[in-house]
Amino acid sequence: MVHTSLDVVDEKISTMGKALVDQRELYLGLLYPTEDYKVYGYVTNSKVKFVMVVDSSNTALRDNEIRSMFRKLHNSYTDVMCNPFYNPGDRIQSRAFDSMVTSMMIQVC
Amino acid sequence: METAAGGGCGSGPPLLLSEGEQQCYSELFARCAGAASGGAGPGPPEAARVSLGAATAAAGPVADLFRASQLPAETLHQITELCGAKRVGYFGPTQFYVALKLIAAAQSGLPVRIESIKCELPLPRFMMSKNDGEIRFGNPAELHGTKVQIPYLTTEKNSFKRMDDEDKQQEAQSPTMSPLASPPSSPPPYQRVPLSHGYSKLRSGTEQMHPAPYEARQPLVQPEGPSSGGPGAKPLRHQASLIRSFSVERELQDNNSNYPDEPWRITEEQREYYVNQFRSLQPDPSSFISGSVAKNFFTKSKLSIPELSYIWELSDADCDGALTLPEFCAAFHLIVARKNGYPLPEGLPPTLQPEYLQAAFPKPKWDCALFESYSESMSANQQPRDLNRMEKTSVKDVADFPVPTQDVTGDDKQALKNTINEALPKDVSEDSATPKDSNSLKARPRSRSYSSTSIEEAMKRGEDPPTPPPRPQKTHSRASSLDLNKVFQPTVPATKSGLLPPPPALPPRPCPSQSEQVSETELLPQLNRVPSQAAECSPAKKDVSYSQPPSKPIRRKFRPENQSTENQEPSTAAGGPTSVATVKPHPTVQKQSSKQKKAIQTAIRKNKEANAVLARLNSELQQQLKEVHQERIALENQLEQLRPVTVL
Repeated sequence: MVHTSLDVVDEKISTMGKALVDQRELYLGLLYPTEDYKVYGYVTNSKVKFVMVVDSSNTALRDNEIRSMFRKLHNSYTDVMCNPFYNPGDRIQSRAFDSMVTSMMIQVC
Repeated sequence: METAAGGGCGSGPPLLLSEGEQQCYSELFARCAGAASGGAGPGPPEAARVSLGAATAAAGPVADLFRASQLPAETLHQITELCGAKRVGYFGPTQFYVALKLIAAAQSGLPVRIESIKCELPLPRFMMSKNDGEIRFGNPAELHGTKVQIPYLTTEKNSFKRMDDEDKQQEAQSPTMSPLASPPSSPPPYQRVPLSHGYSKLRSGTEQMHPAPYEARQPLVQPEGPSSGGPGAKPLRHQASLIRSFSVERELQDNNSNYPDEPWRITEEQREYYVNQFRSLQPDPSSFISGSVAKNFFTKSKLSIPELSYIWELSDADCDGALTLPEFCAAFHLIVARKNGYPLPEGLPPTLQPEYLQAAFPKPKWDCALFESYSESMSANQQPRDLNRMEKTSVKDVADFPVPTQDVTGDDKQALKNTINEALPKDVSEDSATPKDSNSLKARPRSRSYSSTSIEEAMKRGEDPPTPPPRPQKTHSRASSLDLNKVFQPTVPATKSGLLPPPPALPPRPCPSQSEQVSETELLPQLNRVPSQAAECSPAKKDVSYSQPPSKPIRRKFRPENQSTENQEPSTAAGGPTSVATVKPHPTVQKQSSKQKKAIQTAIRKNKEANAVLARLNSELQQQLKEVHQERIALENQLEQLRPVTVL
């Protein structure tokens, strides 16, 4: 499902054209009848895409929360990128990053 | 420990161990037992105690220890039999303690019997300096003797341990050893290595004392890593006990903080080494090492990329992709620790925090920063002569810098300790000197690089050897308050009218003769001035002297720039050639005029010498030119002769 969402994100990006700086791309379209979940997409200036999949079991998260989460994610990601030993495309093994992500997830759930 | 010793006595004769005996035995046991129990990190002392209670001593280290007691093999066999190890099949705490007691008995000449251990005995002595060694008990003389040697590091360590354990028996030595506490209790990774093997101790000792290049260090460290893999846990456990003692020791001496995490504390030697490495990557110690540079450098350590990535993550506190000096030191230290087997911490230890590092070791950083800026300004226009000057200034000024930094930082004891460490007749002093040397070294190439033409260089070199008279008083160089131009001008026309003709010996210049005079007097004395004293007026002098030989137009160019500073030079030039360093700026005109006269005369002399040298050089070059012409002609003739041949 993440891959399909990626396709949709790509589609969105290609259609946007000028508005490449749109960081807050809320995509609430992929709601399957069986698996109700929401997919949020977020694109950075360097075309790095963050996809967040949220279960709709809990009350839908507000837009601001999602955005703040993405922002934190973005910041952590840049910190990871600062590491010269990190090759873009590798699995991120940064503990700080992981802890941040888990804390976010815990916070939501 | 004590309970274990007492409780586990069941199988053997009741052991009565004194306080000191118990402590030392338990630590010996810990060392030997380390191999047997599971490995743990540089665990807290509790781990050591746990291992004592639960584990047994492995036969290998125990055998080594016994052999170190220098008892004959037969005696050792007897001892092992008696202590019950053979019976039980392993060296439990009881057996071990009994064995140690028997060793002590044997060493003191008593027969090896169970009965002999019932009495009070001195502690056993083990002759391996890598272990407790003879240093351990009651050998203060050796302690001092070995202090200055490489092995002293381990013995110091042991002596520190004893100090703690023996209720400050050797308290008298502690003051003398306290200044050595920081270097000897130095790189815990290095300590661990000497513990395990004697041969490796020397190597690591040399490593400590003479920080080898990073790459060279790795092969040394690596074989020790795997070789000490077995007893690896053992030294670590011993390290844990040592850490305990060191933390006590540290708290006695450490001024800044009381962080007990010794493995993560950077010592003076390490610090110096790291700073040197930093400088090799990035000359300016106050700026950053970029990520890629650091990556290449740290990759040489042959740690895995994820580990390096993790280390970076820990040390780059501000996550900017570049390492400042404290960040670099922290990263380096983590790498060193990792290579020596310490697992990486979860978070940056407090002693490796950049703020802490900056506060704890500001001196070298400030020294570097200050000196670099100083040498930068100095090397703005230089000459090889400036090298000598800078050399002297570097030594002098950097020596001055510690004083202000000491005051400024308020880190008195730490700085004092640093200076004490520097003063001590050890390589630490060399290491601390090496930043200064490297500073001056780095300043020198920089100054060389600024020399423009080879002719200039030849000129300068040619003028350097004839030892010019010592630099006249340089006092006015920094006395910006005194505008000596004003002072000079009235005197020159008044008293030195006779000197006006001499200056025109130089090619006439459109500038007024007076300023010519000024510049000449400035330039010439400086040109041939050997930096007999540390220069405080160097910047201006360099400007001036640099400009003089090559061409007058350049001099003219420099002169306007440095008019104010140059005008200070005459005062310095004015001071008699001999009364240089001690002459203070006298605002009296008369003295200055006489000094200036002398200066002008010397300047004229120097100018003539310079002319002579230039003329000589010119003739030599002409000669060379002629020769080259002749060669060319000869070659052309040959070519012509050969051409008809080839055509045919």
